[in-house]
Amino acid sequence: MGTAYTPGLKVSPRTIVQKTRRLPLKGQVVVAVGDKVDPDTVVARTEIPGIMQTIRASEILGLEPHELMPALKVSIGDKVERNQVIAETKSFFGLFKTDVRTPVAGVVELISEHSGHIGVRQVSAPIEVSAYIHGKVSEVLPDEGVVVEATAALIQGIFGVGGERNGKIKVLVSSPDEPLTDAMITSEHAGYIIVGGSNVSGAALTKAAEIGCTGVVVGAIIDRDLIDFLGYDIGVAITGQEDINTTLVTTEGFGSIRMADRTFKLLKSLEGKQASINGATQIRAGVIRPEVIVTSDNIGEIAAPEDLGQILDIGSHIRIIREPYFGILGNVTKLPPEPVLIPSGATVRVLNAKLADGREVTVPRANVEIIEE
Amino acid sequence: MANEIRTILATDCGSTTTKAILIQKQDGEYRLAVRGEAPTTVEAPFDDVTVGVVNAVREIEDLSGRKILDENGLIMRPMLDDKTGVDLYLSTSSAGGGLQMTVAGVVKAMSAESAERAALGAGAIIIDIIAVDDGRKDYEKVKRIRELRPDMILTSGGTDGGTVKHLVELAEMLLAADPKPRLGIGLKLPVIFAGNKSAREAVKETLQDKVDLKIVDNLRPSLETENLGPAREAIHELFLQHVMQQAPGYGKLSSWTDSGIMSTPNAVGKIIQTIAEQMGINVLAVDIGGATTDVFSVFGGTYNRTVSANLGMSYSICNVLTEAGITNIQRWVPFDVDEADLRNRLRNKMIRPTTIPQTLEDLRIEQSVSREALRLAFDHHKSLARTLTGVQQIRSVGDIMDQQATGQTLVKMMDLDMIVGSGGVLSHAPRAAETAYMMIDAYQPEGITMLAKDSIFMMPQLGVLSTVHPEAAAQVFDSDCLIKFGHVIAPTGTGKPGSVACTVTIDGHDKDYILGSMEVIPLGLGETKEVTIKPGKGLDMGAGRGKSITATVEGGTVGLIIDARGRPLALPTDKKQRINKLQEWHAALGLQASEE
Repeated sequence: MGTAYTPGLKVSPRTIVQKTRRLPLKGQVVVAVGDKVDPDTVVARTEIPGIMQTIRASEILGLEPHELMPALKVSIGDKVERNQVIAETKSFFGLFKTDVRTPVAGVVELISEHSGHIGVRQVSAPIEVSAYIHGKVSEVLPDEGVVVEATAALIQGIFGVGGERNGKIKVLVSSPDEPLTDAMITSEHAGYIIVGGSNVSGAALTKAAEIGCTGVVVGAIIDRDLIDFLGYDIGVAITGQEDINTTLVTTEGFGSIRMADRTFKLLKSLEGKQASINGATQIRAGVIRPEVIVTSDNIGEIAAPEDLGQILDIGSHIRIIREPYFGILGNVTKLPPEPVLIPSGATVRVLNAKLADGREVTVPRANVEIIEE
Repeated sequence: MANEIRTILATDCGSTTTKAILIQKQDGEYRLAVRGEAPTTVEAPFDDVTVGVVNAVREIEDLSGRKILDENGLIMRPMLDDKTGVDLYLSTSSAGGGLQMTVAGVVKAMSAESAERAALGAGAIIIDIIAVDDGRKDYEKVKRIRELRPDMILTSGGTDGGTVKHLVELAEMLLAADPKPRLGIGLKLPVIFAGNKSAREAVKETLQDKVDLKIVDNLRPSLETENLGPAREAIHELFLQHVMQQAPGYGKLSSWTDSGIMSTPNAVGKIIQTIAEQMGINVLAVDIGGATTDVFSVFGGTYNRTVSANLGMSYSICNVLTEAGITNIQRWVPFDVDEADLRNRLRNKMIRPTTIPQTLEDLRIEQSVSREALRLAFDHHKSLARTLTGVQQIRSVGDIMDQQATGQTLVKMMDLDMIVGSGGVLSHAPRAAETAYMMIDAYQPEGITMLAKDSIFMMPQLGVLSTVHPEAAAQVFDSDCLIKFGHVIAPTGTGKPGSVACTVTIDGHDKDYILGSMEVIPLGLGETKEVTIKPGKGLDMGAGRGKSITATVEGGTVGLIIDARGRPLALPTDKKQRINKLQEWHAALGLQASEE
């Protein structure tokens, strides 16, 4: 039996992985080219300026905005403590005072005669970017971040949810067409990236999250189960920011689809290894696919073939990825060069294939994935 | 200069494909000569848009036999001889996520809405609309402005001489958020101020060092007037100076072109406006893509554009499902389809966007989704393309019976002359009648309306061309861009089942059309007929209920379409009856509903 994956998705036992780790704002890079890093190593940090709190000073004091200046107790650039008086008026021979206090500590950045407001910028909040994978810093992007490089096993999925996490791989099924059920998951799997076959049930996914599995890797998920797990529907294919504690990576799609053998075998061979997982997916220009990465320090010796080409040829193993043969495997028997009229009425380039169940079919070339031995 | 131009090269750099067209003057008329395309190369490993442009131009060279690129891969200008160089090179772009903007105004339904119209008209995708009265707390707005990281912000508000305080507060909100641009780490965010001119100094004082501030004329100088031009020009200028300069390879591409790079939707808007003006018609145009749907309209000379950023046929297809609901999609499917199956199909289309329908059933499902995507995007468009709100109306006693609220939509279907469709699901439908049928169901045209499609999606290139050579743009649009399907005749209103919706007289022969029916009368491209249409009782063709009209209609690749289903279009609620009706309408248009 071969293995299948969509052209463009990488499932490789040994490849060079490069991860750009970039700050959202300019800051300081704290590692150098050649440095060895772990997933948790901080590679760059910066401070995000605090939000400016606007205080409606003239309103509080019952003044017109342009009358604010004489009441001020601070100037632009002054450091202030929380609750410090920043403006004040006195009336009735100084007996009655009305004051304005800052609700936050920070620096006075704005005093406006137009609005009568005083703005206090809160202290900056530090943010850090970690390396995410084991590897070496191959490039420093001055003031912005680094590129971390490693030799690694890489499995790109087709769709995922949840952000970057780490954990050891544990395969819980015996074959790539066995669904992952809640009964298979126990408290021992906390902190692990667990692997199933064709599908993960809604109950299993919920249990994985409750127990604290860092990731779940399966062939597919039923649309409704994903909605129930997230608590909402994903309309647009941009993911990775979900507020969930278990990252999900599907390798084949939606429904119940046998995981590609190549993917399953590779995951099986990596069992017990420390891996980085990210569910972030973006399907359009600048495609981002979810991934599982096991770097060379963790791979050990794997006698696996390098990537094979993805050239469609007579005899190529394929899987059909659209109705009416969705998910079925077969072999290419013919590659007619001329476009052919298909039942929808379109004239497109097709291939002929013999399916695993013996049928001979014609399908658009756009609707198949190449399967590699 | 225009007279000397014989050969024009234009490219459109889309998110996935870069399309090039070569236009040549032949026998005194500008015509499309050849087109070429290549994958867009904004992303790694190329990180340079010009690689894709050069590849697309190489295809043009192969197909036309003309040498356009010199030994350094640069476009040779002007044309040296019949086989070498071009006279003009232009380009548009929507790659890299397009132009993403946040707009702000004082009153949501007034200045903020005018700002929204200005930004959309300039080709932007609006990622948030901030207004003093938008119902959110100040800190929530500040947080949102900070998180979004737009390419630029347009802020407006106050009529000239009016409020200053609110505008300063908006500026303070920007200052508080300290927003950063999406591209170009470490650069200042471009902010356009197009509000009350009396507030300029105060806003400048507030924002001076924090952002890259540009001040233009107020886009709402009085309640009764909207002046979007200066703000739109400023957006276009900043788009070229800031956003495009940060995108990979655009600095180089920009130096190649003869008139800067225009954002794709901005260019489409230009050609639609040019055509509406030159032909003196009201036009509606749509571009439905994988991620977004753009709608453009010109009614009575007023141009509007909207973009529904999350309504599309692949990347955003599941959002169509979420927004429309499964029942609304199912209602267009001319056979029974299981809900769970439909949902998983759409999800798999989302993650494998390049697959195509193989079966007729699968195609019908995709076309059902498209009707809803088109409808939702059009609803959005109608809500924004409207008259100004907040305008005080002076009425005499006689006017009271004819009162119209402010903020009425400008989109009047009975006044619409032409609908132009483009984008994969409309352009690549295997049969012309399918495209026409999708547009009729989604837009429900009224009266007499021409249906057409953009043959190879060259409206962007023609749009940018229309700014430097309107004559060439109009000639190519008319001869090579537009494919007419034919006029559709559709009386509005409803009546009793079985009653006559309209009687159509052609060549002296009368024919009654029963309410709820459709028919196609053969009438080819360029062929015209004079017709008299008498609407049935309670129905209207634009002259009033039951009143006849006479007009000259034109055919096309589909023919003259009679849509006697009434307006608003009502589908039977009973599933079996609905499916029967859908199958009947498919048959009327010469289409099979399914393979069985």
